[in-house]
Amino acid sequence: MRRIMVGVKRVVDYNVRVRVKSDNTGVMTDGVKMSINPFDEIALEEALRIKEKGLADEVVAVGIGPGDAQQQLRTALAMGADRAILVQTDAVVPPLSVAKIFRQLIDKEQPFLVLLGKQAIDDDNGQAPQMLAALWDRPQAVSCSKVEITDGKATVTREVDAGLEVLELDLPAVMSVDLRLNEPRYVKLPDIMKAKKKPLDTMSLADFGVPETAPFKVVRVDPPPQRSKGVMVKDVAELVDALKKKGLV
Amino acid sequence: MSRILIVAEHDGTRLNPSTSKCVTCAAKIAGADIDVLVLAVDGAAVAAQAAKISGVGKVLVANNAANVEPIAAVLAPQVAKLSAGYSHVFGPSTTFGKDLMPRVAALLGVGQVSDIMAVDGPHTFKRPIYAGNAVLTVEVPADATVVATVRVASFEAAAEGGGAAVENVTADVPLPSHTRFVSRSGATSGRPDLQTASRVVAGGRALGSADGFKLIFSLADRMGAAVGASRAAVDAGYVPNDLQIGQTGKIIAPELYIAIGISGAIQHMTGIKDARTIVAINKDGEAPIFEAADIGLVGDLFTVLPELEKQLSG
Repeated sequence: MRRIMVGVKRVVDYNVRVRVKSDNTGVMTDGVKMSINPFDEIALEEALRIKEKGLADEVVAVGIGPGDAQQQLRTALAMGADRAILVQTDAVVPPLSVAKIFRQLIDKEQPFLVLLGKQAIDDDNGQAPQMLAALWDRPQAVSCSKVEITDGKATVTREVDAGLEVLELDLPAVMSVDLRLNEPRYVKLPDIMKAKKKPLDTMSLADFGVPETAPFKVVRVDPPPQRSKGVMVKDVAELVDALKKKGLV
Repeated sequence: MSRILIVAEHDGTRLNPSTSKCVTCAAKIAGADIDVLVLAVDGAAVAAQAAKISGVGKVLVANNAANVEPIAAVLAPQVAKLSAGYSHVFGPSTTFGKDLMPRVAALLGVGQVSDIMAVDGPHTFKRPIYAGNAVLTVEVPADATVVATVRVASFEAAAEGGGAAVENVTADVPLPSHTRFVSRSGATSGRPDLQTASRVVAGGRALGSADGFKLIFSLADRMGAAVGASRAAVDAGYVPNDLQIGQTGKIIAPELYIAIGISGAIQHMTGIKDARTIVAINKDGEAPIFEAADIGLVGDLFTVLPELEKQLSG
């Protein structure tokens, strides 16, 4: 079975403007819209396209999170994943533990490719894919914008500061995906109905023997520093004057 | 006592300015010994540049033919090996460091602090979360090696004038051959580098086309500025991806940032928060970019831009 494993994280929807709690212990998430991490959605879409090209047989979506993370996994199944696994925990699982959990699931599932988002838009760590590749001792390609699979190898284009970089990887490998890789499909109603019948296994974090608590202590969470209110100018002449006054032109 | 190892970013001949910014960050830790590690085929020229950064104690050079391209899977085992005895291992939060450092952390069996924006103590750091809408202060256990990336926009380059010793080292570790470099393509525009420029002019989707975007290049050239773009402009194909500013693009901190036809999505604002002065020019007076702008002008960019260029040259 040629299998692709995809990470699906439940995060605060990217359109929500998050607010810091008044006691500075975190951000307010009660009653806030939750979604699949947008980068994970792109990873899933890519896995589905690889399968649709006949280069894979099965796409397994893996989530780590609270019971409610089943909603995001059901969406992943509706998009086209064949089955899903939820590693259930109410704890905030740090990236190294995420990598260790995936590492153990790899032993069981034997995927030839693990596709993950390049970062989750809540903690913005951007670490789990690289950590997984290290623990697995396999190639990594971070921020992929193009993926081609041929004969046990992958040719990937990565977005880097200098522009675009192309790497050739032996499979199996870990890839983290960037925004321009693809545009995820919309889920249709019949697919949502079908997804209800697809297998979604729940495992406990305790099954993996990884540390549940973050290695780092959260000291506090603050709102970002606010910029002072600016001025509006009415035309180009005023703009140039204002820039001159600041010594900027 | 903190002993900090900074992994140098370079292209084989030139040291990237991000390395110097990591030194500034490391120097915020009182009494720290700061060394720089250059992984290269022949790192002498890069090491000589690193040795000049004020505050650097020693430059370690690990020469290896496998280091011809910065492949994380190849560099990480060397960094992990050579970090023995160091309390901290820092790299820049550029695509180079983001690729490499988590792999190093995992090999060392520790977590990583991403995007340090401020140093509160030897083990306590501030970093942005939720696209910069919150700032997290984290404390790494005192007995763990601190592996971190440094948000380069948050730190100035360190002064020159140092004279650190350069020492050749060998990392005796097996290196994988499962990841191979094929090619790299990027714009060699001759314009200032987006991430280090003191002035940046950026355009959004409102430019309408690659042709329309020429107005931005023209103004930037007039001002000696770097050119940037919003995600929408990159997605629409007006300019290549390496010009994108924002949460998933480049984080910049110029003296002057001029946003033209950019509405100011949260993800874009993340990339420009540290700009000293933000100027926004937009047809829509309600655009969120005006909330963050120091100077705002509501107007049609196709009339404003030529006029602005004319007045600046006059």
